Amino acid sequence: MAKAEETEDETEILKGTSAVAKGVMSADPDVVSAYPITPQTGVVEKLSELFADGKMDGEFIKVDSEFNAASTCIGASAAGARVFSATSSQGLKLMSEPLFTASGMRLPIVMAVANRSLSAPLSIWADHTDSFAERDGGMIQFYAEDVQEAVDHVLLGYKVAETVDLPVISTFDGFILTHVQEPVDLPDESETSEFLPPRDPTYTLDPSDPKTMGAYARPEHWMETRYEVHRALNESRDVIAAAVEEFADVFGRDYTEYGGMIDTYRAEDADYVLLALGSIAGTIREVVDDYRARGEKVGMVRPRIFRPFPAEALRDALAGKEAVGILTKEVSPGYESALAGEVKAALYSADDRPAVQDFIIGLAGRDVTKDEIAEMIEETKATEREMDFADEESWPQLRDEIVNEEVDFK
Amino acid sequence: MSSEHQDHTDEITHEDDLWNPGHRACAGCGPALAMKYVTEVAGEDTIVANATGCMEVVSTPYPESAWGTSYIHNIFENAASVAAGVEAAYQSFDRRKPDEFTSMDDMNLVAIGGDGATSDIGFRALSGMLERGHDVLYIMYDNEAYMNTGIQRSSQTPFGAETTTSPPGKESVGNDTHKKDVASIVADHGVEYVATSSIAYPQDYKDKIEKALEIEGPKFIHVYAPCPVGWNFEADKTVELARLAVETGIFPVFEMEDGELTDVRTVKDRKPVEEFLEHQGRFEHLFGDEKDEETIGEIQSFVDGRAEDLGIDG
Amino acid sequence: MSSNDPYEDLTITTGAVVEPNTSLVNKTGSWRQFRPVIDQDACIGCGQCDTFCPDQAAKPIGDGDVYGIDLDYCKGCGICEAECPVDAIEMVREEA
Repeated sequence: MAKAEETEDETEILKGTSAVAKGVMSADPDVVSAYPITPQTGVVEKLSELFADGKMDGEFIKVDSEFNAASTCIGASAAGARVFSATSSQGLKLMSEPLFTASGMRLPIVMAVANRSLSAPLSIWADHTDSFAERDGGMIQFYAEDVQEAVDHVLLGYKVAETVDLPVISTFDGFILTHVQEPVDLPDESETSEFLPPRDPTYTLDPSDPKTMGAYARPEHWMETRYEVHRALNESRDVIAAAVEEFADVFGRDYTEYGGMIDTYRAEDADYVLLALGSIAGTIREVVDDYRARGEKVGMVRPRIFRPFPAEALRDALAGKEAVGILTKEVSPGYESALAGEVKAALYSADDRPAVQDFIIGLAGRDVTKDEIAEMIEETKATEREMDFADEESWPQLRDEIVNEEVDFK
Repeated sequence: MSSEHQDHTDEITHEDDLWNPGHRACAGCGPALAMKYVTEVAGEDTIVANATGCMEVVSTPYPESAWGTSYIHNIFENAASVAAGVEAAYQSFDRRKPDEFTSMDDMNLVAIGGDGATSDIGFRALSGMLERGHDVLYIMYDNEAYMNTGIQRSSQTPFGAETTTSPPGKESVGNDTHKKDVASIVADHGVEYVATSSIAYPQDYKDKIEKALEIEGPKFIHVYAPCPVGWNFEADKTVELARLAVETGIFPVFEMEDGELTDVRTVKDRKPVEEFLEHQGRFEHLFGDEKDEETIGEIQSFVDGRAEDLGIDG
Repeated sequence: MSSNDPYEDLTITTGAVVEPNTSLVNKTGSWRQFRPVIDQDACIGCGQCDTFCPDQAAKPIGDGDVYGIDLDYCKGCGICEAECPVDAIEMVREEA
């Protein structure tokens, strides 16, 4: 977790979306494509103000849709530009088709995603359904716990993206982190230019050295192109590790635990651990402290990066625990939480793997309280090692009284 | 006339070709001619953004490329917005990194798409690019159907034409709509230059490309390019049909500048549409034992109406 | 004649980016069933065959006052024969 340090940096109280916009400003993108969608709109609005006041001097394209936000970013990135866009939910879904091509075409696009639920029904509030739906797109995914991280992950995103030539999604929970005011150390220009050199693209579209980009690949070649993307994502873990080290040197904020892949809180000697992504971690820390004050060994593990998946880091952090409770704001209907499924798969071959209980909570912005988290810890404590698949998943916030008694197919 | 074996292959080089042979377009492909002419005018200092479709697929199977210019293909429906993104990058580079990249003043940005990619699925991207005023020439090559996927109807498929999704039958005369007037729609965006042309008149097409490229801002050219396989005619008739389409008024050739019709290619003694239709298998069902006078009449009447509106008859 | 063969030492480039002018390795001349033969005496060097060839296969030869066919790429479509204003081109069936 990032704490705004008292340094010579400007520490300002900033609204989440404004902070992210200012973080983007320090990265000095050549092209920004902007389209509104709640709750990220504040990001593009703030960026447009910064352009209007001449504080940013790249191109600002007021596109007609998120689909074309992604498409213009792709064209610009292929031309050699550093680009940025922001979206949420339906917008991310709409840009999914072109966005998936960015990994195959190895374009280092960085996009901020204010996590928001996906229709239907329509919802404007936060959960992780949207970014999880893009899991297989070959993009690196960062999850921020607070506004400071939301800013820092953009800078880390550019650094990593431009080294590995892969797109990055930098997520932060809608409303919870977009519309709050938190103290933030804004990166200043000299620090950012130290950390983030100008982009040096492998190929561009410049006529001085023409290339053909976006060829189609036949069966005898496509598998290898996919392998290259997969391999690049896997090896980006090393790049992430180096990037967070350098980040700590330049900015003084330390994300170096587990090479930047996961952040842990009082987990090392814990018997029971809660695992979660994003802003809910802040509340979980407080509950962990309450338990620790009572002498109970409870901790938290929070992946910072979801793609590439921190399998090794999680196996190390979760080994030997009695039980892990996964608090997740998504579910893959018809099976289980995607996060929980991936954690369990990572643990499948681990020595000494813990029992795992999944908790589907907080969907579409439903508030998760400290008491509810404590109850989930209690339930985790009661989880048997011999897992009974029927009991693995729990929806503790489900309002039984408004759900039908039984499924009623025609 | 001697038919002894001539072979001048070794004397011929393709060094100056920016649309290279070895591409996999069908023999007699109309759109391939449209691509050739574009590259001849735009030259090597050009970036092409192409949509998925015949011209993309035949020209770029990894690791081959028929393009000599810089080129990007992304997906089916976003050639216009990919080009817009490239343009925005260069606007930015011209201002901020002029020593690192070629200047926009010294190069051309051309977006290319087929009729399906442009008039249907790519309409949103096209409209956005035009409305925002990007400095891009968009060329729509029109073979009047989704040809790359095997001849399906698009909004440019003419009335009565057979395609696999508009087959004639007991309840159908073939395609039941007339061509969507894309040129007018584009012009209504306030675009400075819109033109139609046909691959039968390469000089006209090339002049229009050249004229367009001199203009700053969005411009659009709709080029008629027959497809021997999709329209079902002998491959050597491609240019003839592209000519006949104009001579019958089926495909009007004109320019619109700032929304006003400024030049129309007039046709003396406009030929009846039948002369165009009867050479093509896709209209064969109109010429069975009994000619389908009603459908042919509908086609003729639509063409007559357009001819009158545009002042084609001269 | 270009010598860049993209299949030589083929590896997957970053982003599967392709070099320009590499389709030349694909000799589409193998497709054809008919081959154009140009009567060099009748040819007036107008270049219509070159203009209307989708495959860049008809080009000026010698001093540039007559035209010849690049048989590596000619697909035998016959447009050149159809468009030649002086009927100097005949499509002749390829030997089996």
